[in-house]
Amino acid sequence: MTTRRWIKTLPALCFTAVMLFPVYWMINVSFTKSSDLRKSNPHLFPVDPTLEGYTAVLSQQLPSLGTSLLIGLGTVAVTLVIAAPAGFALAKLHMRGRGALNFALLAAQMIPGVVMAMGFYAIYLRMGLLNSIPGVIIADSTIAVPFGVLLFTAFMSGLPNELIQAAKIDGAGTWRTFRSIVLPLSRNSMVTVSLFSFLWAWSDFIFASTLARGAEYVPVTIGIYKYMGNNTSQWNAIMATAVIASIPAAILLVIAQRYVAAGVTAGAIKD
Amino acid sequence: MTTERWAAIGFLAPLIAYLVAFYIFPLYRNIELSLHDYTPVAFVTGNARFVGFDNFIDMFTSRTFSTALRNTVLFTLISIAFQFTIGLGLAVYFRKVFPLSRLLRALFLVPWLLPLIVSGSTWAWLLNSESGIVNAALRMLGMDPVNWLVSPDTALTSVIIANIWLGIPFNLVVLYSGLQNIPGDVYEAALVDGASAWRTFWSVTLPLLKPVAAITLLLGFVYTLKVVDIIWIMTAGGPGDSSTTFATWSYREAFGTGNPEFSPAAAVGNVLILIALTMGAIYLRTQRRMDAS
Repeated sequence: MTTRRWIKTLPALCFTAVMLFPVYWMINVSFTKSSDLRKSNPHLFPVDPTLEGYTAVLSQQLPSLGTSLLIGLGTVAVTLVIAAPAGFALAKLHMRGRGALNFALLAAQMIPGVVMAMGFYAIYLRMGLLNSIPGVIIADSTIAVPFGVLLFTAFMSGLPNELIQAAKIDGAGTWRTFRSIVLPLSRNSMVTVSLFSFLWAWSDFIFASTLARGAEYVPVTIGIYKYMGNNTSQWNAIMATAVIASIPAAILLVIAQRYVAAGVTAGAIKD
Repeated sequence: MTTERWAAIGFLAPLIAYLVAFYIFPLYRNIELSLHDYTPVAFVTGNARFVGFDNFIDMFTSRTFSTALRNTVLFTLISIAFQFTIGLGLAVYFRKVFPLSRLLRALFLVPWLLPLIVSGSTWAWLLNSESGIVNAALRMLGMDPVNWLVSPDTALTSVIIANIWLGIPFNLVVLYSGLQNIPGDVYEAALVDGASAWRTFWSVTLPLLKPVAAITLLLGFVYTLKVVDIIWIMTAGGPGDSSTTFATWSYREAFGTGNPEFSPAAAVGNVLILIALTMGAIYLRTQRRMDAS
């Protein structure tokens, strides 16, 4: 019986291995010596590993990593501040025009990033927001805000009305009800929204490459992109930067698996 | 007006202001760009000549147009066909509980969570003509190496392969959660009736999964249509126009060269919005029908 159970695991292991091979390869290359990179038959394992890629990253990309972290955290803050109250209003404060707003939020998610980038570029040029961290934060937040509102609305609709009425009877105003009752109960959806907005901002390439490419400190995605353009021979350093830029995703996967699955589903199907 | 109404307005006001300032205004600027002739100088001073639909006519008559159209259709349809089929196959497979199934399923999410620049540069190196592992494998099998990214014949195939890889996790997760919602007793009934696994899949799983599958496909379409990063990072739409889609075409005109052509870029972008919103409308209709049933 036990062997029969494990029989299913074997093909699954193979599928996973195939799927994750590029990720493995990135790690492998990041430890490969420059002199071995150009071999026509690359080593399958880091034979004679080197840290030269990582030393290069640490000496050149630290400011980029810091910039990305700042942009990610800023985007989380903007997204939560805008999306959480709106989700509450849509879920619990009976409003006219809710349908229209929901429609707008769904449509917003369909707009191509490159179109948004052009609009932002035109506006930022006049306002002097080009190449500034707040500018990128605002642009990046547009990826997460509609998603956040829809997710908060879905979750908060499920909170029992009795709770909110009880708070009202106790004399709590709407703001107080929101802050002391609804928000603490919505902790899980706040984690999901934060994780996604951080990850999207951290990974963003389009906004960073259009609105911040001339900045003194560029986000790490642009750091890698410039690296690819300038040092085509130094693939170990490029891959080392890629490995380090993937760390937030790795952490996310380990600590927040169920939030990730919840987020993907919420983005696709509302119920 | 009751205090509750005022409160609701207060709670929604930031969102509405946000949507107006950071969605509607950029979109308005984009339409305006596409109807004027903006040179970089006019961009700063703000007085560009109104040219009506000239930018759109230029776009439709451009040499790039037919290539971009063909590439966009191929890129979207082939990517989605493979992502969906592989994702569905894996979702059905992972529905059975076996040792390590949860862990392995979680690991499948990795490609989707990585920044696109990471996946793009990794694939660029995997497919590198001289030192890439893919060509090394082909050589080992006695086949000729392929100039994946630098040959006009294979550039589009290369970005499609990478994009399929990127899209599998999303399809897997959404379809898997759709499968979880199919009640177990339907399967028991099929088992009692002596249906084979294949028959069960066609007559039970697939029909019950249809609503979720429809939404997965539509969302996949909308997302794939606007892909810029992965193509730009791997081939920048080249060589020539061989891997240029509408999205990368628009990006190249506006930001890809030292000489920004915002007006033509905005025209291409507006066509892209129209396609995306049409698909969006279909998405909403599908979802409404799902809610009704």
